[in-house]
Amino acid sequence: MSIAAPLRARAEAEAARFPALLARAEQLAGTVLLGEHGRRRAGMGDDFWQYRPVQAGDELRFVDWRRSARSDSQFIRQREWQIAQSVVIWVDNAASMRFASDQKLPEKSDRARLLALAVAILLNRAGERIGLAGIGLPPRRGEAQLMRLAEALTRESDEDYGRPDASGMAAHGRALFISDFMGDISAARTALTTAADRGVQGVLCQVLDPAEEAFPYRGRTIFESVGGTLAHETLKASELRDRYLARLAERKAELRTLCARTGWQFTTHHTSASAQSALLWLYTAFDGGHGR
Amino acid sequence: MILGPIGFTAPWLLLALAALPILWILLRAVPPAPIRRRFPGVALLLGLSDDDTVTDRTPWWLLLLRMLAVAAIIIGLAGPVLNPEQDSAEARSGPILVVLDGSWAAARDWPEKEALLDTMLAEAGRQSRPVAVLRLTDPEPPVFQAAEAWRSRLSGLAPSPWAPSPGMLAEAAASLDDTEFETRWFSDGLARDGRERLLSELQARGPVTVYESPVPVIGLKPATISEGNVALTALRARTGTPREITVEAHGLDPSGTPRLLATLPLTFEADAAEAMGELVLPAELRARLTRFEIRGQEHAGAVTLTDDSLRRREVALIAGRENREGLELLSPLHYLEQALEPSADLLDGALLEILPANPDVIILADVATLSGAEQAGLLEWVEQGGLLVRFAGPRLAASDVSRSEEAPLMPVRLRAGGRTVGGAMSWGEPKSLAPFPEESPFFGLELRDDVTVSAQVMAQPDPTLAERVVAQLTDGTPLVTRKRIGTGQVVLFHVTANAEWSTLPLSGLFVQMLERLAISSAIALPDLSEMQGTTWKPAEVLDGFGKLRDAGTLPGVDGETLITDRLGPDLLPGLYEGPDRRLALNVLRDETGLTPAAWPASVPVLGLERPNEAPLGGWLLALAMVLLTADILASLALSGRLLPARATMAIMAALLLQMPGEARAQETQESIDKALRAASEVALAYVITGDRQLDQTSNAGLRGLGETLFFRTSVEPAEPIGVNLEEDELAVYPMLYWPITPDQPLPTAEAYAKLNDYLRTGGMILFDTRDANVSGFGASSPNGQKLQRIAAPLDIPPLEPIPEDHVLTRTFYLLQDFPGRFMGRGVWVEAAPADAEQVEGMPFRNLNDNVTPVVIGGNDWAAAWAMDERGNPLYPVGRGFSGERQRELAYRFGVNLVMHVLTGNYKSDQVHVPALLDRLGQ
Repeated sequence: MSIAAPLRARAEAEAARFPALLARAEQLAGTVLLGEHGRRRAGMGDDFWQYRPVQAGDELRFVDWRRSARSDSQFIRQREWQIAQSVVIWVDNAASMRFASDQKLPEKSDRARLLALAVAILLNRAGERIGLAGIGLPPRRGEAQLMRLAEALTRESDEDYGRPDASGMAAHGRALFISDFMGDISAARTALTTAADRGVQGVLCQVLDPAEEAFPYRGRTIFESVGGTLAHETLKASELRDRYLARLAERKAELRTLCARTGWQFTTHHTSASAQSALLWLYTAFDGGHGR
Repeated sequence: MILGPIGFTAPWLLLALAALPILWILLRAVPPAPIRRRFPGVALLLGLSDDDTVTDRTPWWLLLLRMLAVAAIIIGLAGPVLNPEQDSAEARSGPILVVLDGSWAAARDWPEKEALLDTMLAEAGRQSRPVAVLRLTDPEPPVFQAAEAWRSRLSGLAPSPWAPSPGMLAEAAASLDDTEFETRWFSDGLARDGRERLLSELQARGPVTVYESPVPVIGLKPATISEGNVALTALRARTGTPREITVEAHGLDPSGTPRLLATLPLTFEADAAEAMGELVLPAELRARLTRFEIRGQEHAGAVTLTDDSLRRREVALIAGRENREGLELLSPLHYLEQALEPSADLLDGALLEILPANPDVIILADVATLSGAEQAGLLEWVEQGGLLVRFAGPRLAASDVSRSEEAPLMPVRLRAGGRTVGGAMSWGEPKSLAPFPEESPFFGLELRDDVTVSAQVMAQPDPTLAERVVAQLTDGTPLVTRKRIGTGQVVLFHVTANAEWSTLPLSGLFVQMLERLAISSAIALPDLSEMQGTTWKPAEVLDGFGKLRDAGTLPGVDGETLITDRLGPDLLPGLYEGPDRRLALNVLRDETGLTPAAWPASVPVLGLERPNEAPLGGWLLALAMVLLTADILASLALSGRLLPARATMAIMAALLLQMPGEARAQETQESIDKALRAASEVALAYVITGDRQLDQTSNAGLRGLGETLFFRTSVEPAEPIGVNLEEDELAVYPMLYWPITPDQPLPTAEAYAKLNDYLRTGGMILFDTRDANVSGFGASSPNGQKLQRIAAPLDIPPLEPIPEDHVLTRTFYLLQDFPGRFMGRGVWVEAAPADAEQVEGMPFRNLNDNVTPVVIGGNDWAAAWAMDERGNPLYPVGRGFSGERQRELAYRFGVNLVMHVLTGNYKSDQVHVPALLDRLGQ
């Protein structure tokens, strides 16, 4: 009793956090998805896809006699391909993500979780299995998995910069990496090439704060990383701006070429922009990947 | 310590300026503190180095700013003073006597003198020197008091409209006791007898300093008439330079408002002390002149009032019969014209056209009957001071005027027929005049033997006859009778104005009699004998600054003293009213001249200007604060901390600058939108009273009425609009519903002007006291009293309870009652014109041609009309079926009212009478 009560209270407090995230993600997802989505191609599945004339090589048992009886030629009934993929999501939970340049803007980590969970909900509805990389949440489907996902997403790490984790990815699965990719690029490179080696394709989503994109600082300044491990002092911050922006562009270009080489897709999302547009892009990126 | 015009009270503090260079070096070494920022992108910054290290040190301009701030503080604390009082060091002591001439001539420079006196008194207060003030126009023994006590009484020392007489100067000199004091004499710049004596007395008691403006005094002599023009003469005290002045002629315009009527530039030649000029004015304007004054000279000597002597009287001549051609000597007006032409302005025309010109005298020669309007107009004119002179004649003798009872415009009753004496067909001899009685205005005129009367109209013996006779014949029959009506009088000559009945018009006596009646007025200043024993009452008096003010309860002045005495506390310049005329008493008279004051060389004469001592410390310290604030901003900007704040500040500055303007623009925009909404559709409007509940009721009531109109008529009103009388344009609303609460604010003057415009241009206001008119309007009900207060400044025509044939009873429905929630009958509308008559066979009179500008009632109509959004009534009316019937009648009244407003007297048009008769079953 004496142990259970505080535990219960803590659990309530913890639980109160991710249903909110879940609800917001549901709401966000609701704006995108309308109903079950198929693969838009013929294949294994339950739903009718199309009738097609019989071609050489088709087995006779596939002929749909009811349809063929209505015309002179024979038809084969095809079903829509509905095969479940497993998608592994990695969301950067390092300290650098807990940054917002303005009170009105959400933290990057908040936006990243929201996007990740919303994508997970969409994929779940589409019948995919979703897992979380890094903490070893294996791909599963269902509402319970979403709850687990939401819970796992609220964990935070003390590390200053996150390192993408390609472990736990099923071969030929799909993956989504959400981070600011401000840390060491080699980690990302390793993760991406590892994933590509296993035939995993996916999407790289870089979430940035507008201040990181604009660098609106002036005067004598000491810049510190959010975790406090790195610091840089300048006497005239405005002078650094151009060089910082050049480095940022370089970082982005690097990520982009990396993605191009591995067949991944890359986007940059700013916390000042609407989450919905990013979600839409992510959704079509996943869908498009299958449709190709 | 003094540097040029600046002195320092604590000069040693200036040594601290030497420390500034040290501060410079210190400040230079301290760079601005860094700001710490969290920034995830720092990973990308690593390895980037700064290009230059100049900002390591404080920039030179920031240093300069700080140096200036510190220097300003040091200098400010050192107590710099601009124009320090040089003599303050050798502070004199002992009492001060301030001598003020205090005459009208001192009034022009009074503001400067007052300011100088104020600083002097302040200084004396600081040095705790007692002060006494001696006004020569009102000498009292000087009493030395604390300077502050005098300072509070400064405004009471304003100049008087008279000048100190030698007697006053002597009195002042005698009132001095033996104490030693310093004298400061504020002179008005004019020489006076007896001043030397006073000066020597003062000099015997201490040093004397004279303060005097170097600008010479200019005065204006009374205006005179020369060859029909107004001659004006200005005087000045000092000659030497040519100077131009402008004389303004002020008077009343036809509506009675004081205005500037004309100006006359006058030029003083270089060595002339007088400047003369003539002002050519039409007689009409000249009669309305009230005063002349020199522009820019604010004293009583520069103002000269006009009295009757400038006026030519306007006399209207009206004859009973038209002139017969060729018989000019028989014209009833010929002799009058001859007698009056040289001294009066003659008017002729129809009586009703002449009356508005308000002539002084109207002469009716043998006019017997007057129409009703003429009679009323004349009577009103006489009551307001007109002089009506009537001459008898054959027509008057033949008429029944004033026969059985006294006509209002005749002094006596007349016997039928009159009499003829000494003619061919009658006995006796023509009668001559008896000596004039003492109370007659003609008393003292010399009788002439050649004046005979052969025919006249006879007065009926009445109790009042004796006192009305002002001239009689030797046999005692009245020849001239007079009756006072109001402030005017009617005089009847019992003979004709021509020589038919008497020789009076042929004699010089006739002209003298007319003069005595003040018909003709070649009025010069009355001589002493004439003034003896008369009392003149001051009507308006001048103050020292030349401003006219009402005399109030000032006592009357003896006629003799008016002419002989000098102006003084008992004889103020101004306008005096005598028995028959007004006399202006001016500061300058014809014989006066202005001579400048001559002071002996031993007396220092100073001007009124004194450079003001101005401490600069406060300004310098304020400058230092501004500089330090700028320094804070600049430091923040340098260290990059200003960035977020800058945007905020820019926004705040923009807001501060734009908010009032924008708000106003928004307000006007709102008002315009409202007006547009009202103008694009018919909108019923109510006046916002500030009582929320009541305003909601008004809104709901007008909405209900609008719904009713929508369903039943072709009027389809928009949503009702609440009107703010102060801000909104009213012209777009056909009618206003104005419920009265006891505590609503009265509209401002501008709002009243708007409301009056609205009423005059066809708007209508429905006033609703909402108290069922229990007490009748204006009685004890608080709403009724409030309504009276609200409506008092409104331009509302006479009202009457709504007559049964008013157009409101039939504009849409045929109605006789106008109930709202209450069933009061007292609904008031504009009264029908007096001459509205019912034509035979017509059920209605032909009434007003307009929409009645107001409808006043107390039936709480809005509450009866009020509907919610679904059309359900909001307030109960009456009980049961009869209550619903009453509500229905209330709606019908509303419909009729709106129809009346929108269609005017359309239903009053007689074209509709047959149809209406048909429906009425007649």
